[in-house]
Amino acid sequence: MAAQPAPGGLTTVDGRPLKQALAEAQARAKRRAFVLVLPLLAFILVSFVLPIGQLLKRSVYNPAFSENMPALVQWFRENPRGSAPDESAYAALASDLKLIRKNKTAGIVGTRVNYELPGTRSLFTKSARKARKLEPPYREALLKVDRKWGDPLLWQVMRSASSAYTTSFYLAALDRKRNADGEIVRVEKERQVYIKLFKRTLLLSALITVTTLLLGFPVAHLLATLPLRYSNMLMIFVLLPFWTSLLVRTTSWIVLLQSQGVVNDLLVATGILDADHRIQMIYNQTGTIVAMTHILLPFMILPLYSVMRPIDPSYVRAARSLGASSWTAFRRIYLPQTIPGIGAGALLVFILAVGYYITPALVGGSTGQLISNLIAFHMQKSLNWSLAAALAALLLGGVLILYWLYDRLVGIDNLKLG
Amino acid sequence: MSADATGDAYVEFDRVQKSYDGEVLVVKDLNLAMPKGEFLTMLGPSGSGKTTCLMMLAGFETATNGEIRLGGEEINDIPPHKRGIGMVFQNYALFPHMTVNENLSFPLEVRGMGKDERESKVKRALDMVQMGEFGNRRPAQLSGGQQQRIALARALVFDPSLVLMDEPLGALDKQLREHMQYEIKHLHESLGITVVYVTHDQSEALTMSDRVAVFNDGVIKQLAAPSDLYERPENSFVAQFIGENNKLAGTVRALEGDIATIELADGGTCRALAVNCGDVGSRTLISIRPERVIIGAGGDENAATAEVMELIYLGDHIRCRLRVHGNDDFVVKVPNAGDESKELTVGQETTISWHTRDARALDPL
Ligand SMILES: Nc1ncnc2c1ncn2[C@@H]1O[C@H](COP(=O)(O)OP(=O)(O)OP(=O)(O)O)[C@@H](O)[C@H]1O
Ligand SMILES: [Mg+2]
Repeated sequence: MAAQPAPGGLTTVDGRPLKQALAEAQARAKRRAFVLVLPLLAFILVSFVLPIGQLLKRSVYNPAFSENMPALVQWFRENPRGSAPDESAYAALASDLKLIRKNKTAGIVGTRVNYELPGTRSLFTKSARKARKLEPPYREALLKVDRKWGDPLLWQVMRSASSAYTTSFYLAALDRKRNADGEIVRVEKERQVYIKLFKRTLLLSALITVTTLLLGFPVAHLLATLPLRYSNMLMIFVLLPFWTSLLVRTTSWIVLLQSQGVVNDLLVATGILDADHRIQMIYNQTGTIVAMTHILLPFMILPLYSVMRPIDPSYVRAARSLGASSWTAFRRIYLPQTIPGIGAGALLVFILAVGYYITPALVGGSTGQLISNLIAFHMQKSLNWSLAAALAALLLGGVLILYWLYDRLVGIDNLKLG
Repeated sequence: MSADATGDAYVEFDRVQKSYDGEVLVVKDLNLAMPKGEFLTMLGPSGSGKTTCLMMLAGFETATNGEIRLGGEEINDIPPHKRGIGMVFQNYALFPHMTVNENLSFPLEVRGMGKDERESKVKRALDMVQMGEFGNRRPAQLSGGQQQRIALARALVFDPSLVLMDEPLGALDKQLREHMQYEIKHLHESLGITVVYVTHDQSEALTMSDRVAVFNDGVIKQLAAPSDLYERPENSFVAQFIGENNKLAGTVRALEGDIATIELADGGTCRALAVNCGDVGSRTLISIRPERVIIGAGGDENAATAEVMELIYLGDHIRCRLRVHGNDDFVVKVPNAGDESKELTVGQETTISWHTRDARALDPL
């Protein structure tokens, strides 16, 4: 490089800058490559980026109230937080009630407010039904319809719902809410579920990661060191779970572990257990851990195997010849070389476990449910998609943070997935 | 042999056999005794059991039968890390996740040596192989030759008295290999260590060793000093394996003292040293080194007519391929004397001869 006289860098023999010439020469190949991956790009965009974007948006954006209650939204905008609802506020409310009655959107609005203040959906439908008969003064009229219209907390909730963009779903996902003064407080003890579930999800996932590592490491080692004909056989056993339906695998654990199941029957038959003290091994956390460990095991074994396979046995031999006992040779020489595989496997299993749904739903009972089961509940049963989206976004954020931590601690270049 | 089983042998294989699968013996009845300080090379074609022998000595393979002794004590049941044997692997086996310094300090650490002592020893070992400045590099940042030196230093840093090397120079280019041969030899002499060295490069074996064990098919074919091996091969395999060799097949017709008279395939006769040819009537192969053949009738009893088949110019000498006694592959090396009158041409008939002491009657292959 030092020998280059021209300040503009290298040139071709006919004087064009080398960089430009190279870029032109490669442009065609690049265009072709781009066209080839275009379908995939489009697919990823449609099936991955858009849904996730939608989801993230839904977790902070809910226009159910703001679109249907224009007068009240206007009043909230003109009167700052903390101002008590006066006659003009009730007038706005009454006109909006008439509007949602006409548009048949009382249910939608009520549901939105009901997310944050349970028991208010009927308040809206009932009042909307009676909206036509409302006469000034509206405050008295509305309070006669239902005393709840005087509740400052309700007004606080309506104020926060009056903006389509809201953090209240994230607050709810973290067991928080705003009180009548607009301060963030924890929800009542018996309604604190999400943090507990997040904690349980992380804990169980970590536990499952550790058990898959403990079980998978020796198997991967065997796979990597056995002669080919045995290791092929073993590999088939490792991959076998992939060829059977997840449901079949999960239900077979039910058959094995339930209290009248194979394992309990065996324990009773051999006299280890007495018939009245069968162990509850399913429909609780044990069930979730056992079944998920089994299902996620291949995701630990395969990256480990791909890292262990190329490790030359002469490293351990060298260590032994240098005076290390077999344990020291394993710990100091073999184990460090498998770190990329351990990292990849652990990350993979952990991330899969954190978002796992079907297995805990089937064998988890009530104590073995994970956060994804609640997300599903809000998607399918309570239809509070915004809350589901907030929970999912928190989960996503957590996983990203973990990924970042991993990169800082181990280095993502060290990841080896196969 | 310079040492026998009962004497001052340091490393000893006593009727050792090895089979991996219970069907084939890859090492058959191996007997070998080495005195302290010797440089012994195991030489042989691929698959002849050299590495297996080395692995049994290092403790990574168990002998199926027989005893291996080190310093007079049986070591069959001692695990590798308690044998105190240094080892250099063909692929070097430097730990990739450790720096050079950490690699070298590893054997000292597992021996519980203090930090200061470790550092000074590591430094001394690195200086010994002229790699003093490379202590903080990773193995991947070193060239092949540098890695080789580090591997050597690591095998020596804990002062083992026996060092095993399995084709340590196999991956290096010719020039570097010759240089490293010299350095290893030099270290062997200055440290007074005992070395068992495995190679299938015969020139390496001949230049470095005190003695060479030629392996074939799990058997030591000959164990001798390099010059003996070349000049006095005891069987056709060794004659063929070490250096270049001309073979003439025939049948023993008469034996007088250590001279055999042999009838060759084309009816001619030849006199040769009866080294390993069996009794009258048995088949034999005569071995003659190319450089011992004289163009013209200079030799005593053995003369033959030869037809020049091919000439290859090699600068300092000319390689002539001749047809002698019906053998097309008879090679003679003619020094390039610049004498045009003596120059051979392809198709020409000439006479060649050799001394009886240079022809060795050996076993048929
Ligand atoms: N682990 C093993 N299991 C089964 N057979 C083996 C094993 N290791 C070596 N062998 C067989 O034993 C024989 C001797 O092998 P060995 O490695 O000792 O040869 P070598 O002389 O070192 O050859 P090379 O010069 O190619 O290294 C070979 O036929 C080989 O196939
Ligand atoms: Mg070998």
